[in-house]
Amino acid sequence: MKQEAVVLNARDNVATALRPLQAGDVLRLGVGERTVEIRLKAQVPFGHKFSLAQLAPGSSIIKYGEVIGTSTETIQPGDYVHVHNVASGRGRGDLAKAVK
Amino acid sequence: MSFQGYRRQDGSVGIRNYVGIISTVGCANDVTWWISQEVKGSAPFLHGQGCGQTQPDLDQVTRTLISLGWNPNLAGVVLVSLGCEGVLADRIAAGIAESGKPVEMVVIQKIGGAKKAVAQGLSLARAMVAEVSKLRKEEFADSELVVGVKCGASDTTSGLAANPAAGAACDLLIDNGGTCIFGETTEFMGAEHILVRRAATSQVAEKIMSIVTRMEKRAIDMGFDMRGGQPTTGNIAGGLTTIEEKSLGAIVKGGSRTIQDVYEYGERPRGKGLFIVDSPGREIECLTALAAAGAQVILFTTGLGAPQGFPFVPVIKITANPDTYERLLDHLDVLVDLSERNDFSEVGRVLHREIIEVASGKQTKAEMLDYGSFPNIFTIGPVI
Repeated sequence: MKQEAVVLNARDNVATALRPLQAGDVLRLGVGERTVEIRLKAQVPFGHKFSLAQLAPGSSIIKYGEVIGTSTETIQPGDYVHVHNVASGRGRGDLAKAVK
Repeated sequence: MSFQGYRRQDGSVGIRNYVGIISTVGCANDVTWWISQEVKGSAPFLHGQGCGQTQPDLDQVTRTLISLGWNPNLAGVVLVSLGCEGVLADRIAAGIAESGKPVEMVVIQKIGGAKKAVAQGLSLARAMVAEVSKLRKEEFADSELVVGVKCGASDTTSGLAANPAAGAACDLLIDNGGTCIFGETTEFMGAEHILVRRAATSQVAEKIMSIVTRMEKRAIDMGFDMRGGQPTTGNIAGGLTTIEEKSLGAIVKGGSRTIQDVYEYGERPRGKGLFIVDSPGREIECLTALAAAGAQVILFTTGLGAPQGFPFVPVIKITANPDTYERLLDHLDVLVDLSERNDFSEVGRVLHREIIEVASGKQTKAEMLDYGSFPNIFTIGPVI
Protein backbone atom coordinates (compact mmCIF):
# COMPACT_ATOMS: atom_id res chain seq x y z
CA MET A 1 0.00 0.00 0.00
CA LYS A 2 1.23 3.50 -0.76
CA GLN A 3 2.29 5.53 2.25
CA GLU A 4 -0.39 8.06 3.21
CA ALA A 5 1.83 10.47 5.10
CA VAL A 6 5.44 10.81 6.11
CA VAL A 7 7.36 11.99 9.17
CA LEU A 8 10.82 13.03 7.95
CA ASN A 9 12.75 13.07 11.23
CA ALA A 10 12.28 11.48 14.67
CA ARG A 11 12.24 14.98 16.25
CA ASP A 12 9.37 16.21 14.05
CA ASN A 13 6.01 17.19 15.55
CA VAL A 14 4.28 17.41 12.14
CA ALA A 15 3.69 14.89 9.33
CA THR A 16 3.24 15.57 5.58
CA ALA A 17 0.30 14.07 3.67
CA LEU A 18 1.28 12.06 0.57
CA ARG A 19 -2.33 11.94 -0.64
CA PRO A 20 -5.44 14.01 0.15
CA LEU A 21 -6.60 13.03 3.66
CA GLN A 22 -10.03 13.46 5.29
CA ALA A 23 -11.15 14.38 8.81
CA GLY A 24 -11.60 11.16 10.77
CA ASP A 25 -8.88 9.26 8.86
CA VAL A 26 -6.73 7.21 11.25
CA LEU A 27 -3.04 7.03 10.30
CA ARG A 28 -0.28 4.86 11.74
CA LEU A 29 3.02 6.67 11.23
CA GLY A 30 6.64 5.73 11.87
CA VAL A 31 8.41 8.41 13.89
CA GLY A 32 11.98 7.20 14.19
CA GLU A 33 11.73 3.86 16.05
CA ARG A 34 8.21 4.53 17.31
CA THR A 35 4.84 4.17 15.63
CA VAL A 36 2.17 6.72 16.44
CA GLU A 37 -1.53 6.62 15.65
CA ILE A 38 -3.20 9.89 14.71
CA ARG A 39 -6.87 10.58 14.00
CA LEU A 40 -7.20 13.63 11.73
CA LYS A 41 -9.42 16.46 12.99
CA ALA A 42 -9.59 18.18 9.59
CA GLN A 43 -9.10 17.65 5.89
CA VAL A 44 -5.41 17.81 4.87
CA PRO A 45 -4.55 18.35 1.15
CA PHE A 46 -1.74 16.49 -0.62
CA GLY A 47 1.63 17.84 0.51
CA HIS A 48 0.20 19.72 3.50
CA LYS A 49 0.90 19.06 7.19
CA PHE A 50 -0.87 17.89 10.33
CA SER A 51 0.20 17.83 13.97
CA LEU A 52 1.48 14.79 15.85
CA ALA A 53 1.42 16.52 19.24
CA GLN A 54 -0.39 18.87 21.58
CA LEU A 55 1.28 22.24 21.09
CA ALA A 56 0.76 25.36 23.21
CA PRO A 57 0.85 28.77 21.48
CA GLY A 58 4.48 29.79 20.86
CA SER A 59 5.73 26.20 20.39
CA SER A 60 8.35 25.38 17.76
CA ILE A 61 7.00 23.51 14.74
CA ILE A 62 9.58 20.88 13.76
CA LYS A 63 9.99 19.33 10.27
CA TYR A 64 13.19 17.83 8.79
CA GLY A 65 14.31 17.82 12.47
CA GLU A 66 14.54 21.64 12.27
CA VAL A 67 12.37 24.57 13.38
CA ILE A 68 10.11 25.76 10.55
CA GLY A 69 8.04 28.26 12.56
CA THR A 70 6.06 28.94 15.74
CA SER A 71 2.46 28.04 16.60
CA THR A 72 0.16 31.03 17.00
CA GLU A 73 -2.58 29.10 18.83
CA THR A 74 -3.08 25.78 20.63
CA ILE A 75 -2.67 22.91 18.16
CA GLN A 76 -4.06 19.42 18.90
CA PRO A 77 -2.78 16.10 17.55
CA GLY A 78 -4.48 15.57 14.15
CA ASP A 79 -5.02 19.31 13.53
CA TYR A 80 -4.23 20.77 10.12
CA VAL A 81 -1.00 22.84 10.41
CA HIS A 82 -0.44 25.70 7.99
CA VAL A 83 -0.34 29.51 7.68
CA HIS A 84 -3.49 29.92 9.82
CA ASN A 85 -1.76 28.59 12.96
CA VAL A 86 2.00 28.90 12.25
CA ALA A 87 4.09 32.10 11.98
CA SER A 88 7.49 32.48 10.38
CA GLY A 89 10.37 34.00 12.33
CA ARG A 90 12.15 35.36 9.27
CA GLY A 91 11.75 38.34 6.97
CA ARG A 92 9.29 39.89 9.46
CA GLY A 93 9.35 43.53 8.43
CA ASP A 94 5.92 43.90 10.07
CA LEU A 95 7.39 43.08 13.49
CA ALA A 96 10.45 45.29 12.92
CA LYS A 97 8.11 48.18 12.08
CA ALA A 98 6.00 47.54 15.22
CA VAL A 99 9.14 47.77 17.39
CA LYS A 100 10.02 51.18 15.88
CA MET B 1 31.45 9.60 -18.20
CA SER B 2 32.20 11.87 -21.13
CA PHE B 3 30.22 14.26 -23.33
CA GLN B 4 30.58 16.02 -26.67
CA GLY B 5 31.28 19.74 -26.39
CA TYR B 6 32.98 22.79 -27.89
CA ARG B 7 36.43 23.86 -26.72
CA ARG B 8 36.69 27.58 -25.92
CA GLN B 9 39.83 29.71 -25.96
CA ASP B 10 39.65 30.44 -22.22
CA GLY B 11 39.81 26.70 -21.43
CA SER B 12 36.09 26.25 -20.76
CA VAL B 13 33.86 23.86 -22.73
CA GLY B 14 30.54 24.81 -24.34
CA ILE B 15 27.67 22.36 -24.75
CA ARG B 16 25.91 24.64 -27.26
CA ASN B 17 27.48 26.88 -29.87
CA TYR B 18 25.41 30.06 -30.11
CA VAL B 19 26.23 33.58 -31.14
CA GLY B 20 24.79 35.71 -28.31
CA ILE B 21 22.87 38.83 -29.31
CA ILE B 22 23.04 40.84 -26.08
CA SER B 23 21.34 44.14 -25.19
CA THR B 24 23.49 46.48 -23.11
CA VAL B 25 20.34 48.29 -21.98
CA GLY B 26 16.58 47.67 -21.92
CA CYS B 27 16.09 50.37 -24.61
CA ALA B 28 17.94 48.18 -27.14
CA ASN B 29 15.76 45.10 -26.57
CA ASP B 30 13.60 45.44 -29.68
CA VAL B 31 16.58 45.56 -32.03
CA THR B 32 18.25 42.68 -30.18
CA TRP B 33 15.08 40.62 -30.49
CA TRP B 34 14.58 41.38 -34.20
CA ILE B 35 18.17 40.38 -35.01
CA SER B 36 17.97 37.17 -32.98
CA GLN B 37 14.72 36.09 -34.66
CA GLU B 38 16.28 36.31 -38.12
CA VAL B 39 19.52 34.44 -37.44
CA LYS B 40 19.42 30.72 -36.79
CA GLY B 41 22.28 29.78 -34.48
CA SER B 42 21.93 32.96 -32.43
CA ALA B 43 20.37 33.46 -28.99
CA PRO B 44 19.19 36.78 -27.50
CA PHE B 45 19.75 38.16 -24.03
CA LEU B 46 17.16 40.81 -23.20
CA HIS B 47 16.77 42.56 -19.83
CA GLY B 48 15.29 45.71 -18.29
CA GLN B 49 18.43 47.31 -16.81
CA GLY B 50 21.52 49.32 -17.78
CA CYS B 51 20.39 52.95 -17.29
CA GLY B 52 18.81 55.30 -14.75
CA GLN B 53 20.40 53.45 -11.84
CA THR B 54 23.01 54.24 -9.19
CA GLN B 55 26.62 53.20 -9.74
CA PRO B 56 26.50 49.94 -7.71
CA ASP B 57 23.67 48.72 -9.95
CA LEU B 58 25.36 49.92 -13.15
CA ASP B 59 28.46 47.99 -12.00
CA GLN B 60 26.36 44.90 -11.27
CA VAL B 61 24.73 45.06 -14.72
CA THR B 62 28.13 45.56 -16.41
CA ARG B 63 29.67 42.65 -14.50
CA THR B 64 26.70 40.40 -15.29
CA LEU B 65 26.70 41.21 -19.03
CA ILE B 66 30.45 40.55 -19.28
CA SER B 67 30.06 37.24 -17.44
CA LEU B 68 27.14 36.23 -19.68
CA GLY B 69 29.39 36.89 -22.69
CA TRP B 70 31.95 34.53 -21.13
CA ASN B 71 29.36 31.72 -20.79
CA PRO B 72 30.91 28.72 -22.58
CA ASN B 73 27.74 28.08 -24.61
CA LEU B 74 28.41 31.30 -26.53
CA ALA B 75 30.98 31.18 -29.34
CA GLY B 76 30.78 34.91 -30.01
CA VAL B 77 28.74 37.98 -29.12
CA VAL B 78 27.02 40.83 -30.96
CA LEU B 79 26.25 43.60 -28.46
CA VAL B 80 23.33 45.92 -29.16
CA SER B 81 23.67 49.35 -27.55
CA LEU B 82 21.36 52.37 -27.73
CA GLY B 83 24.28 54.79 -27.37
CA CYS B 84 23.39 57.00 -24.40
CA GLU B 85 22.88 54.34 -21.69
CA GLY B 86 24.38 54.46 -18.21
CA VAL B 87 26.50 51.32 -18.60
CA LEU B 88 29.54 51.71 -20.85
CA ALA B 89 29.02 49.49 -23.88
CA ASP B 90 32.70 49.67 -24.88
CA ARG B 91 33.71 48.45 -21.43
CA ILE B 92 31.30 45.51 -21.72
CA ALA B 93 32.63 44.66 -25.20
CA ALA B 94 36.24 44.79 -23.96
CA GLY B 95 35.38 42.64 -20.95
CA ILE B 96 33.83 39.93 -23.11
CA ALA B 97 36.66 40.11 -25.68
CA GLU B 98 39.14 39.14 -22.92
CA SER B 99 37.63 35.64 -23.16
CA GLY B 100 39.12 35.40 -26.66
CA LYS B 101 35.70 35.32 -28.33
CA PRO B 102 34.79 37.53 -31.29
CA VAL B 103 32.72 40.55 -30.15
CA GLU B 104 30.93 43.04 -32.43
CA MET B 105 28.75 46.00 -31.54
CA VAL B 106 25.76 47.78 -33.05
CA VAL B 107 24.92 51.27 -31.72
CA ILE B 108 21.38 52.32 -32.61
CA GLN B 109 21.81 56.10 -32.20
CA LYS B 110 25.10 56.09 -34.11
CA ILE B 111 24.00 54.10 -37.14
CA GLY B 112 20.74 56.00 -37.62
CA GLY B 113 17.90 54.10 -36.00
CA ALA B 114 16.41 50.67 -35.50
CA LYS B 115 16.09 49.54 -39.13
CA LYS B 116 19.71 50.33 -39.95
CA ALA B 117 20.84 48.79 -36.66
CA VAL B 118 18.95 45.58 -37.42
CA ALA B 119 20.48 45.44 -40.92
CA GLN B 120 23.99 45.87 -39.53
CA GLY B 121 23.32 43.42 -36.70
CA LEU B 122 22.01 40.77 -39.09
CA SER B 123 25.06 41.05 -41.27
CA LEU B 124 27.46 40.87 -38.29
CA ALA B 125 25.57 38.00 -36.63
CA ARG B 126 25.31 35.93 -39.83
CA ALA B 127 29.00 36.30 -40.56
CA MET B 128 29.80 35.26 -36.99
CA VAL B 129 27.46 32.23 -37.09
CA ALA B 130 29.06 31.13 -40.39
CA GLU B 131 32.48 31.29 -38.75
CA VAL B 132 31.76 29.70 -35.36
CA SER B 133 29.56 26.92 -36.77
CA LYS B 134 32.70 25.44 -38.37
CA LEU B 135 33.84 24.39 -34.88
CA ARG B 136 33.83 20.60 -34.41
CA LYS B 137 32.68 18.92 -31.21
CA GLU B 138 35.24 17.05 -29.11
CA GLU B 139 34.95 14.55 -26.29
CA PHE B 140 35.39 15.84 -22.72
CA ALA B 141 35.22 14.25 -19.26
CA ASP B 142 32.25 15.22 -17.08
CA SER B 143 34.71 17.04 -14.81
CA GLU B 144 34.45 19.86 -17.39
CA LEU B 145 30.75 20.30 -16.61
CA VAL B 146 29.45 23.31 -14.68
CA VAL B 147 25.86 22.66 -13.60
CA GLY B 148 23.58 25.34 -12.15
CA VAL B 149 20.88 24.17 -9.74
CA LYS B 150 17.61 26.00 -9.17
CA CYS B 151 14.16 25.28 -7.75
CA GLY B 152 11.04 27.17 -8.75
CA ALA B 153 7.29 27.06 -8.19
CA SER B 154 8.07 24.69 -5.32
CA ASP B 155 5.57 22.64 -3.37
CA THR B 156 6.13 20.09 -0.64
CA THR B 157 7.28 17.44 -3.14
CA SER B 158 10.27 19.66 -4.03
CA GLY B 159 11.83 19.27 -0.60
CA LEU B 160 10.72 15.66 -0.18
CA ALA B 161 12.19 14.26 -3.40
CA ALA B 162 12.99 16.55 -6.38
CA ASN B 163 15.60 18.63 -4.54
CA PRO B 164 17.32 15.67 -2.83
CA ALA B 165 17.45 13.98 -6.27
CA ALA B 166 19.13 17.04 -7.80
CA GLY B 167 21.45 17.10 -4.78
CA ALA B 168 22.44 13.48 -5.37
CA ALA B 169 23.31 14.35 -9.00
CA CYS B 170 25.43 17.28 -7.74
CA ASP B 171 27.29 15.05 -5.29
CA LEU B 172 28.03 12.57 -8.08
CA LEU B 173 29.26 15.25 -10.48
CA ILE B 174 31.45 16.91 -7.82
CA ASP B 175 32.93 13.54 -6.84
CA ASN B 176 33.82 13.11 -10.55
CA GLY B 177 35.67 16.45 -10.46
CA GLY B 178 32.91 18.68 -11.84
CA THR B 179 31.30 21.89 -10.62
CA CYS B 180 27.86 22.81 -9.29
CA ILE B 181 26.54 26.27 -8.51
CA PHE B 182 23.42 27.28 -6.65
CA GLY B 183 21.97 30.56 -5.38
CA GLU B 184 18.58 31.75 -4.15
CA THR B 185 19.93 33.36 -1.00
CA THR B 186 16.40 34.16 0.21
CA GLU B 187 15.84 30.43 0.43
CA PHE B 188 18.74 29.96 2.84
CA MET B 189 16.75 31.76 5.59
CA GLY B 190 16.13 29.23 8.34
CA ALA B 191 18.62 26.74 6.87
CA GLU B 192 21.81 28.82 6.83
CA HIS B 193 23.17 26.99 9.91
CA ILE B 194 23.27 23.78 7.83
CA LEU B 195 25.09 25.43 4.90
CA VAL B 196 27.58 27.10 7.25
CA ARG B 197 28.62 23.70 8.63
CA ARG B 198 29.69 22.73 5.09
CA ALA B 199 31.74 25.86 4.36
CA ALA B 200 35.35 25.19 3.28
CA THR B 201 36.73 27.89 5.59
CA SER B 202 35.49 30.21 8.32
CA GLN B 203 35.64 33.07 5.78
CA VAL B 204 33.26 31.18 3.47
CA ALA B 205 30.95 30.55 6.46
CA GLU B 206 30.97 34.29 7.22
CA LYS B 207 30.16 35.11 3.59
CA ILE B 208 27.16 32.75 3.69
CA MET B 209 25.83 34.43 6.84
CA SER B 210 26.46 37.90 5.44
CA ILE B 211 24.59 37.39 2.13
CA VAL B 212 21.60 35.93 4.03
CA THR B 213 21.55 38.85 6.49
CA ARG B 214 21.82 41.33 3.61
CA MET B 215 18.96 39.71 1.65
CA GLU B 216 16.75 39.43 4.76
CA LYS B 217 17.41 43.08 5.68
CA ARG B 218 16.21 44.20 2.25
CA ALA B 219 12.95 42.33 2.80
CA ILE B 220 12.53 43.55 6.40
CA ASP B 221 13.19 47.18 5.38
CA MET B 222 9.96 47.06 3.37
CA GLY B 223 8.09 46.90 6.72
CA PHE B 224 5.92 43.89 5.93
CA ASP B 225 5.78 40.18 6.64
CA MET B 226 7.68 38.64 3.73
CA ARG B 227 5.21 35.74 3.53
CA GLY B 228 3.24 35.83 0.28
CA GLY B 229 6.41 37.02 -1.47
CA GLN B 230 8.49 34.24 0.10
CA PRO B 231 7.10 31.66 0.32
CA THR B 232 4.94 32.66 -2.65
CA THR B 233 1.18 32.29 -2.73
CA GLY B 234 1.73 29.22 -4.94
CA ASN B 235 4.24 27.70 -2.50
CA ILE B 236 1.67 28.14 0.30
CA ALA B 237 -1.05 26.50 -1.79
CA GLY B 238 1.45 23.67 -2.34
CA GLY B 239 1.77 23.10 1.41
CA LEU B 240 4.82 25.21 2.33
CA THR B 241 3.96 27.24 5.44
CA THR B 242 7.06 29.38 6.10
CA ILE B 243 10.30 30.45 4.42
CA GLU B 244 12.12 28.26 6.95
CA GLU B 245 10.27 25.17 5.69
CA LYS B 246 10.86 26.16 2.06
CA SER B 247 14.56 26.80 2.71
CA LEU B 248 15.16 23.49 4.50
CA GLY B 249 13.69 21.72 1.46
CA ALA B 250 15.48 23.99 -1.02
CA ILE B 251 19.11 23.83 0.12
CA VAL B 252 19.32 20.06 -0.40
CA LYS B 253 19.24 20.67 -4.19
CA GLY B 254 22.93 21.60 -3.95
CA GLY B 255 23.80 18.22 -2.44
CA SER B 256 26.00 17.64 0.58
CA ARG B 257 29.56 18.46 -0.46
CA THR B 258 31.86 21.21 0.86
CA ILE B 259 30.93 24.76 -0.19
CA GLN B 260 34.16 26.10 -1.70
CA ASP B 261 33.26 29.77 -1.94
CA VAL B 262 30.51 32.40 -2.21
CA TYR B 263 30.34 34.91 -5.08
CA GLU B 264 28.43 38.12 -5.77
CA TYR B 265 25.63 38.27 -8.34
CA GLY B 266 27.14 38.33 -11.84
CA GLU B 267 30.53 36.93 -10.81
CA ARG B 268 32.15 33.81 -12.25
CA PRO B 269 33.35 31.23 -9.69
CA ARG B 270 36.95 30.03 -10.16
CA GLY B 271 37.92 26.41 -9.56
CA LYS B 272 35.92 23.23 -9.24
CA GLY B 273 33.46 21.87 -6.71
CA LEU B 274 30.38 23.41 -5.11
CA PHE B 275 29.81 27.19 -5.12
CA ILE B 276 27.13 29.68 -4.06
CA VAL B 277 26.27 32.76 -6.12
CA ASP B 278 24.23 35.38 -4.25
CA SER B 279 20.90 35.79 -6.01
CA PRO B 280 17.20 36.14 -5.27
CA GLY B 281 14.85 33.19 -5.67
CA ARG B 282 12.91 34.66 -8.60
CA GLU B 283 13.52 32.74 -11.83
CA ILE B 284 14.28 35.53 -14.29
CA GLU B 285 17.10 36.93 -12.16
CA CYS B 286 18.37 33.67 -10.66
CA LEU B 287 18.74 31.83 -13.99
CA THR B 288 20.75 34.82 -15.26
CA ALA B 289 23.06 34.54 -12.22
CA LEU B 290 23.69 30.85 -12.95
CA ALA B 291 24.34 31.52 -16.66
CA ALA B 292 26.67 34.41 -15.75
CA ALA B 293 28.46 32.10 -13.31
CA GLY B 294 29.35 29.89 -16.27
CA ALA B 295 26.76 27.11 -16.01
CA GLN B 296 26.50 25.19 -19.30
CA VAL B 297 23.34 23.43 -18.12
CA ILE B 298 20.83 24.02 -15.32
CA LEU B 299 18.94 21.45 -13.24
CA PHE B 300 15.63 23.03 -12.29
CA THR B 301 13.27 21.30 -9.85
CA THR B 302 9.62 22.29 -9.60
CA GLY B 303 6.50 21.22 -7.75
CA LEU B 304 3.73 23.28 -9.34
CA GLY B 305 5.35 23.55 -12.78
CA ALA B 306 7.76 26.42 -13.57
CA PRO B 307 8.24 26.65 -17.36
CA GLN B 308 11.30 28.96 -17.62
CA GLY B 309 14.35 28.04 -19.61
CA PHE B 310 17.23 30.32 -20.58
CA PRO B 311 18.12 31.56 -24.09
CA PHE B 312 21.51 29.83 -24.39
CA VAL B 313 21.65 27.44 -21.42
CA PRO B 314 19.61 24.22 -21.55
CA VAL B 315 17.39 23.88 -18.49
CA ILE B 316 16.36 20.38 -17.37
CA LYS B 317 13.02 20.40 -15.56
CA ILE B 318 12.53 17.87 -12.76
CA THR B 319 9.45 17.26 -10.64
CA ALA B 320 8.41 14.79 -7.96
CA ASN B 321 4.75 15.82 -8.19
CA PRO B 322 3.10 13.15 -10.41
CA ASP B 323 -0.01 15.29 -11.12
CA THR B 324 2.14 18.21 -12.26
CA TYR B 325 4.26 15.93 -14.44
CA GLU B 326 1.19 14.56 -16.21
CA ARG B 327 -0.47 17.96 -16.67
CA LEU B 328 2.67 19.83 -17.75
CA LEU B 329 4.47 17.16 -19.74
CA ASP B 330 5.12 19.83 -22.40
CA HIS B 331 7.47 21.55 -19.93
CA LEU B 332 8.92 18.79 -17.74
CA ASP B 333 11.81 16.47 -18.54
CA VAL B 334 12.15 14.08 -15.59
CA LEU B 335 9.73 12.64 -13.01
CA VAL B 336 11.26 11.59 -9.67
CA ASP B 337 9.31 8.87 -7.85
CA LEU B 338 8.00 10.33 -4.59
CA SER B 339 7.91 6.92 -2.95
CA GLU B 340 11.68 6.34 -3.36
CA ARG B 341 12.65 8.73 -0.64
CA ASN B 342 15.10 6.61 1.29
CA ASP B 343 17.91 6.40 -1.23
CA PHE B 344 18.47 9.07 -3.86
CA SER B 345 21.70 7.61 -5.27
CA GLU B 346 19.94 5.78 -8.15
CA VAL B 347 17.88 8.82 -9.19
CA GLY B 348 21.08 10.88 -8.86
CA ARG B 349 22.67 8.58 -11.47
CA VAL B 350 19.60 8.96 -13.72
CA LEU B 351 19.89 12.75 -13.54
CA HIS B 352 23.65 12.59 -14.13
CA ARG B 353 23.03 10.58 -17.32
CA GLU B 354 20.39 13.12 -18.37
CA ILE B 355 22.93 15.94 -17.87
CA ILE B 356 25.47 14.08 -20.05
CA GLU B 357 22.87 13.52 -22.78
CA VAL B 358 21.74 17.13 -22.75
CA ALA B 359 25.38 18.25 -22.73
CA SER B 360 25.97 16.15 -25.85
CA GLY B 361 23.02 17.67 -27.68
CA LYS B 362 19.73 16.22 -26.42
CA GLN B 363 17.14 19.01 -26.46
CA THR B 364 15.29 19.85 -23.24
CA LYS B 365 11.58 20.72 -23.23
CA ALA B 366 12.36 24.39 -22.50
CA GLU B 367 14.75 24.46 -25.48
CA MET B 368 12.25 22.86 -27.85
CA LEU B 369 9.57 25.33 -26.74
CA ASP B 370 12.05 28.21 -26.79
CA TYR B 371 10.58 29.21 -23.41
CA GLY B 372 12.61 31.70 -21.39
CA SER B 373 13.48 34.48 -23.84
CA PHE B 374 12.75 37.26 -21.32
CA PRO B 375 15.08 37.00 -18.32
CA ASN B 376 16.36 39.93 -16.26
CA ILE B 377 19.31 41.12 -14.18
CA PHE B 378 18.99 41.50 -10.39
CA THR B 379 19.57 45.02 -9.11
CA ILE B 380 19.56 46.42 -5.60
CA GLY B 381 18.90 50.14 -5.59
CA PRO B 382 16.19 52.40 -6.94
CA VAL B 383 15.46 53.17 -10.57
CA ILE B 384 16.22 56.90 -10.78
